[in-house]
Amino acid sequence: MATRAHPYIANSSQQAKATLLQGAGVESVEEIFAAIPQELRLHRALQLPEPLGSEFALRRHVEGILAKNRSTSDHLSFLGGGVWQHYVPAVVDTVIGRDEFLTAYGADAYADHGKYQALFETASMLGELLEMDAVSTSTYDWANAAASACRMAARLTGRRQILVAATVSPGRYAVVENYCLPAIELERVACERGTGRLDLADLEARLSDETAAVYFENPSYLGAFEDQGRAVAEMAHRRGAEVIVGVDPSSLGIARPPAAYGADIVCGDLQPFGVHMQWGGGLSGFLAMRDEERYLGECPLQLFGLTETVAKGEYGFGKVLPARTSYVAREQGKDFVGTVTALYAIAAGVHLALLGPQGMRELGEGIVQRRAYLVALLRGIPGVLAPRLSAPGFKEIVVNFDATGLTVREINRRLLERGIFGGKDLSGEFSWLGQSALYAVTEVHGAGDLERLAEALREVCVA
Amino acid sequence: MRADEDPAAGEAEAGLVREEFRQAHWNEPIIFEISQAGQRGVLLPEPEARIREAVGPAAELVPEGLWRATPPALPELSQKHVLAHYLHLSQETLGANLANDISQGTCTMKYNPRVNELLAADPRFAELHPDQDEETVQGILEIYHRFGRILLEISGMAEVSLQPGGGSHAVFAAARMLRAYFARRGEGDTRDEVITTVFSHPCNAAAPATAGFKVITIYPGEDGLPDPLALKAAVSSRTAGIFMTNPEDIGLYNPRVREFIDVVHQAGGLAFYDQANANGFLGVARAREAGFDICHFNVHKTFGAPHGSFGPGNGALLCTEELAPFLPVPLVAQSGDGYRLDYDRPQSIGKIRDFFGTAGVVLRAYAWVMTMGAAGLREAADVSVLNNSYLMKRLEGVPGLDHAFAGNGLRRMEQVRYSWRRLKEETGVGTEDVHLRVADFGLPHYFLSHHPWLIAEPMTLEPCETYSIRDMDEYAAVLHRVAAEGYREPELVRSSPHRSAAHRRKDDAALSDPARWALTWRAHLRKGNVRR
Repeated sequence: MATRAHPYIANSSQQAKATLLQGAGVESVEEIFAAIPQELRLHRALQLPEPLGSEFALRRHVEGILAKNRSTSDHLSFLGGGVWQHYVPAVVDTVIGRDEFLTAYGADAYADHGKYQALFETASMLGELLEMDAVSTSTYDWANAAASACRMAARLTGRRQILVAATVSPGRYAVVENYCLPAIELERVACERGTGRLDLADLEARLSDETAAVYFENPSYLGAFEDQGRAVAEMAHRRGAEVIVGVDPSSLGIARPPAAYGADIVCGDLQPFGVHMQWGGGLSGFLAMRDEERYLGECPLQLFGLTETVAKGEYGFGKVLPARTSYVAREQGKDFVGTVTALYAIAAGVHLALLGPQGMRELGEGIVQRRAYLVALLRGIPGVLAPRLSAPGFKEIVVNFDATGLTVREINRRLLERGIFGGKDLSGEFSWLGQSALYAVTEVHGAGDLERLAEALREVCVA
Repeated sequence: MRADEDPAAGEAEAGLVREEFRQAHWNEPIIFEISQAGQRGVLLPEPEARIREAVGPAAELVPEGLWRATPPALPELSQKHVLAHYLHLSQETLGANLANDISQGTCTMKYNPRVNELLAADPRFAELHPDQDEETVQGILEIYHRFGRILLEISGMAEVSLQPGGGSHAVFAAARMLRAYFARRGEGDTRDEVITTVFSHPCNAAAPATAGFKVITIYPGEDGLPDPLALKAAVSSRTAGIFMTNPEDIGLYNPRVREFIDVVHQAGGLAFYDQANANGFLGVARAREAGFDICHFNVHKTFGAPHGSFGPGNGALLCTEELAPFLPVPLVAQSGDGYRLDYDRPQSIGKIRDFFGTAGVVLRAYAWVMTMGAAGLREAADVSVLNNSYLMKRLEGVPGLDHAFAGNGLRRMEQVRYSWRRLKEETGVGTEDVHLRVADFGLPHYFLSHHPWLIAEPMTLEPCETYSIRDMDEYAAVLHRVAAEGYREPELVRSSPHRSAAHRRKDDAALSDPARWALTWRAHLRKGNVRR
């Protein structure tokens, strides 16, 4: 440090430090640290790896580690189940790579007017997808959005029970449970094991005057469209419960939004809209709700609104109902709020603006058509049952391999040898599905890719 | 003396205040207003003819009744127009890398190196799916493991989870861990209180409350430090733990932290350390030596990763051996010459988000630490506290400005809570006016204070290690200038900003009025809440 100034530390030269000491009126930095008692000090240097002496060396080092990864950019992948391989247009990366957005933070909507407007526009475009007037700023991920929705419903109704569709992934369920216990109890509602849809008889049996909400997803984690949304909503509303629906928003170019069949609160993830998967780090949850004070008043997340400024004809932005958040009300606030995923929400807005209505339509159409094509290809392979669940679906297909005598693990190992990431192994998460895997297709899969998978599975399963 | 009569103040400003600053002011329409029917911003790969012929129209593949007859009413723009629109909005945003962002105190707005963006964009990271076979993600597992070990050394803790998506999220996970820990000991029903201090971050109160704890807040004594007598009165057999920030939000380090922890431990509780303010003690003091059981770092603050307009962040959660079984799953473990995800942790609280955390933040932070090393981290701490003391001296004599608990004889660490109470009393210009006015000179709006505002008319500044002497001189000069304006021409400040990307909101009450708030464009169209 003494010989070369660190490029990230402006005042690391001896000369600068002398000026600082003089200006601060201290002999040494130790005078400032004197506030920390000696017994709490670390009386040695931290034992950390030697720093890399240059930007060049840093790239060589980190890229050397990253070279140990194999990614969906060099393999054919059919992994989905909550994070999906979609194409990210160059304009999206350009916009969120701008230092203005990348390195801004919490400042108000004057010097950061553009940040507010971009986030308001994302909420507005989601509002069009969802046909809902109130959309929150983003949260960590879909699971956290679902958890917030469940806690909102419990407060709205004063009740303690949430009924959760059995098809919700165990990972997401665990997150919701972590937010709800011990004050709120979760209970699973069975699904029809042939179709993958919700079992309405089981729902009816479990609904009670203690039910705060019913939570289901459409399409479900297992890929199936839920076409009984209206019936579910009517049953829940009849008992005074809220209806919460999780939705993959990339389906909404072709599928009716949950509000159209009675949802009160809708959640989901923005990752399909222009956010790279990043090993699952690219998630960004959203919440939408009825545009009523009682709903917004229970929302824990920041809400941004359009308003007037003192300049005629100028848009302004600001925080809606700020007093309800934990930033203002601490433990009296609605749950807690913190640094979330705003940059990904900006990415999603750019992506939706690029897609437009026609792009959203084509995205959805192309996905269900590719899915159907893959189903047709897999049907011909002995021992392979696809789809295992008969309800029409969106991106995912449950493929069952019981009759091949092979485990999904073994099949995926053999696919990997062929440069393919096979579908997610469901045998641990949903044992009633036997040796099944969750295959996902998106717009990145061409016919040749799907045929290559079918051919590889034929080799792997029939050999 | 009035500031505008002080010749030294004027001299100090010379050449430092950006008199001619004008932020971009595009008066940019909402994107729906520039929509042109039929335009497209991007084309997607179409399914091949053989797919379409084999499966038929998409409408027949979606259940009847669920098919959306009309596509969503999104804006329609050519690619150039989408790009230009968002570039305009970016220019109306004052990110820390382009601004002198000493402003956002408590937020640690340090420089975010560009090279780390190149690394995070590498497809061998960006295009990883979280359910890939472990064999294919050894690189990112190694980054997690290496960065985790680095944080363990910096904190002295025994185990780490990088799953939380930000600081508050980590505090929530810690609160869940306390519940699990006491449930395991058969005290789950009785240990239902958490103690915090009022100058700890609000999430130290809110996140434990979300996890089901009753929260007791300790207030400071006359010296501004948390009152040990109040703590002793608060602890009992119901105490699950204390959640505390140190140095506290106002920049004071609580030197009796060890005593605080001992009091809580003696009552059978645990101690959580909110290390959002770690920048000033990296390599100087550690959570372990103070006796904490569990702590977190705001990775996106202290470790040089960008704040992303409000995330993604990352909240590294660290704890002692005793609490390690309760950390979220999975943890990254070393096995043989590789790495794996360890789910076999039966006492774990489970998951607090899908998958493994904001891996891009972790990758950038690892790269940042590897350019700093141990000496660089210590240098960051030294320079950040020196910068802070320097700036504090430079602000002495700014008319109408004081700092919290002045005269207690205690050094401030890496940030200071100032107060414009005198300015407000003498001129009617308050901190909310000043914080808008500074943007007219190219500075980001500064952070006022967390709530409640025990310090009247607060301002919190944090000159991290990346800021130069000139940056601090500029900052001081602008505050001198604005304070002088407050005495000379208060209306100029009260009606600011004048040269920012937008003018002052007309009526903040509209944002809490259901008839006048609009969270979306469609709500605006329905309510007609803004006239243009």
